[in-house]
Amino acid sequence: MDMERFKNSTVKIDNEEKMAGEALFTADIPLKDFLYVRQIRSSIPCGKIKEVILPELPEDYYYVDASDIVKENVVNIIFSDWPVFADGHVKYYGETIGLLIGKNKAKLIELEKQVKITYEEETPVFDYVNSEIHKEFKKGDLSSVIKDADLVLEETFETGYQEQAYLETQAMIMWLDGEKITIKASMQCPFYIKKAVVRTLGCNEEDVRVIQPAVGGAFGGKEHYPSMMAAQLATAIHKIRRPLKMIFDRSEDIINTTKRHPSKSTYTGYVKDGKLVGVKARVRLNGGAYKGCSGVVLSRALIAVVDCYNIPNLDITGDVYITNTMPSAAFRGFGSPQTIFAFEMFIEHVAKKLGVDPIEFKIAHFAKQGDITAVNGKFHDKIILPELVEKAFEMSDFKRKYEEYKKPGCLRGIGMSAFLHGCGFTGSGESTIINAQVKLTKDENDIVHLYTSQVDFGQGNRTTLKKIVSDTLGIPESQVTHEPPDTDHTLSTGPTAASRTIIIVGFLCEKAAKNLKNIWKSGVYQEIIEPYVGPSYITWDEDLMKGDAYPGYAWGVNIIEVSYDPITYQIKVEGVWSTYDVGHAIDDRIVCGQADGGIAQAIGYGYMENMEMKDGKFMQKTLSDYIVPTCEDLPMMETALIDNLFAYGASGAKGCGELTFVGGAPALAHAIEMAIKKNIYKIPLTPEYIMEVVENGKD
Amino acid sequence: MAKINFIVNHQPIELDINPSTRLLDVLRDYLGFKGVKEGCGEGACGACSVLVDGEAYNSCLTPVANVAGKEVITIDEFNKTPQYRIIADAFAEMGGSQCGFCTPGMIINTYVLLKKNPFPSEEEIRFALSGNICRCTGYNAIVKAVMVASENGRNIVW
Repeated sequence: MDMERFKNSTVKIDNEEKMAGEALFTADIPLKDFLYVRQIRSSIPCGKIKEVILPELPEDYYYVDASDIVKENVVNIIFSDWPVFADGHVKYYGETIGLLIGKNKAKLIELEKQVKITYEEETPVFDYVNSEIHKEFKKGDLSSVIKDADLVLEETFETGYQEQAYLETQAMIMWLDGEKITIKASMQCPFYIKKAVVRTLGCNEEDVRVIQPAVGGAFGGKEHYPSMMAAQLATAIHKIRRPLKMIFDRSEDIINTTKRHPSKSTYTGYVKDGKLVGVKARVRLNGGAYKGCSGVVLSRALIAVVDCYNIPNLDITGDVYITNTMPSAAFRGFGSPQTIFAFEMFIEHVAKKLGVDPIEFKIAHFAKQGDITAVNGKFHDKIILPELVEKAFEMSDFKRKYEEYKKPGCLRGIGMSAFLHGCGFTGSGESTIINAQVKLTKDENDIVHLYTSQVDFGQGNRTTLKKIVSDTLGIPESQVTHEPPDTDHTLSTGPTAASRTIIIVGFLCEKAAKNLKNIWKSGVYQEIIEPYVGPSYITWDEDLMKGDAYPGYAWGVNIIEVSYDPITYQIKVEGVWSTYDVGHAIDDRIVCGQADGGIAQAIGYGYMENMEMKDGKFMQKTLSDYIVPTCEDLPMMETALIDNLFAYGASGAKGCGELTFVGGAPALAHAIEMAIKKNIYKIPLTPEYIMEVVENGKD
Repeated sequence: MAKINFIVNHQPIELDINPSTRLLDVLRDYLGFKGVKEGCGEGACGACSVLVDGEAYNSCLTPVANVAGKEVITIDEFNKTPQYRIIADAFAEMGGSQCGFCTPGMIINTYVLLKKNPFPSEEEIRFALSGNICRCTGYNAIVKAVMVASENGRNIVW
């Protein structure tokens, strides 16, 4: 089967305890004399809070709100505008006004129903009207190609919300260890949580300790929201000094936590002599009620505005619109799935309009080494997209199917997307903002201990990073430990986000291990602290959106085959083939696991996962009405990896977590376009939308 | 309140309890079997699956009264059996567990499938596990793991 493929793989460190049900996730951890915590939330999308009328609280029951804030009523996120508790004004349905705390969960829920809040309602905004973040940049000179273009095409594309739907809901426990606030939570970024507590309480760094337990999935959804929970619980623990537990049930989690930004983007393309020589794009993201990390999401969306294609003349603007809705935030891909979907559809529509083969048209526009990127940086490294395409064609028998399925009356379709993903934080941020530092020690028994702040929420990075160290040192894996992060014992190696863990932290682990190897002295304690130093040629201006946006890029090709039922307008996914350049896979089984999971989630994004909003409220509240793929919705998927070693990566490795997501929805949409013989402008491709397109859409 | 007698992980249990209490809460909060996970609380995800007289039940949908006089086995006990070992080794080999939150439920349902149908087709595996949501793996590795478990367990009595 796949034994050959997995020959460089080892069983993950935490595999057995997780399968046996012995791993302790946050809700499983014993906590003495604790109180349950529930959020009291806004029931309107926008308005002034007139009065909060509480029922009589029994002894040992508490209410905590903005009046209890110790220092700063703000959650430390990239742009810190989201309050810990709404203070006099609510801006979205579900915004936390206060916390109700007490011993008995059923009693708490009963009390919660008796809380009465009166408001002076204001008119909410749900549309793309209030831009609060604007970015723009140009490449080449678009005006030079506008006047003598042979063809001009303008189209608008929309993408919907997506819920992370990690299997373990948001969960946090907090207690005082002496005077030290100690936190275990389902999280991605222990140091983000620590900073959020320090900021709202105004306490010292040494007063807060964050320890990572087992985490049941995250996908971006636990990058920022746990900072909110921590700031709220810290305010409460400062007041009542009791151990606290806040575990969301599934509906609370779906309604009240951040999701992928919906988008609406308009592209205008200019063609001259059969080439797409210019694109003007206006990208719009719905940021929700607070900015939070949306500015950075917009940056990533704009950097990927023309995907992996080289278009010489660009005029690009992007805006984050503030609306009275749940703030949007991180989700695998972080803005790029929205623009990659839009541009993949657009470039094929341009080809169809020109009457040329869309696949050949796309291949003719692939970026090559040395080309200028959309943001006027340079593709410094070798790009192997043609090899990736060729391999994917061979795996899927693409060319034969493509010719056959495009014939009139054929109810099948096959589509291909090609894409890139910038690995790590934008621009020089890794060297200038994050400053990751890996600590590697060796004890007197020659056991090596690796300390990072990377959270393993399923990706296997705890194992992969350890493997980089043991391979570099040439010692057995059993001679290296890599425990989950504990901020009291670990220096920050940065957040577990942005596909940075392997390309950045992995590279650091390799360097630290090389240095340890050089000074290795048996039987004595030795310590290495290794700071990150990135490629010196990377320069980036965030204000001008100009320069080298990422330390390195990973690349991929997805091919998806579907069948279509013209009676029910239902789609069935019949085949999925992917090829990736992740530099080099440290562990094939782990990378293939990312590949399978990423595209499965992207297929959900493309046609199943429909999250609607009405009057500021999400209409889907459970896993019964927000439908994620089950194993019956997917076929066996095939993945191939092609090495293309990266000079600044451990054994040449780049990133892979998000890469496997960003191209899935457009590959699916291309296949559906072929099956229904109509153009598509929007995801998710629900049967209702497909019916509308089939009955009324353009050919 | 009512007296309810049943067996959990081979131990006889007697509880004086509201009979509509979810079996999930009884197992986790009263008896401390934390291998049983709550993913959705409404029978959509299968993370809370346990064996009741050898059948897979969503413990979040099962009032404790429904297991009166029955035998419940959770992953916390099932993980000591040779059948578990075969399934778990196959999951490890194929990479069928990532974050691990769905895995105990997947393993319980895999066992029930293989007991009833030791050599299932891919289609039968997908049908049998369609009540278990996994958000990490895309199910590829899980379906392959069940095939490997079926092959490796060809000589045992499931």
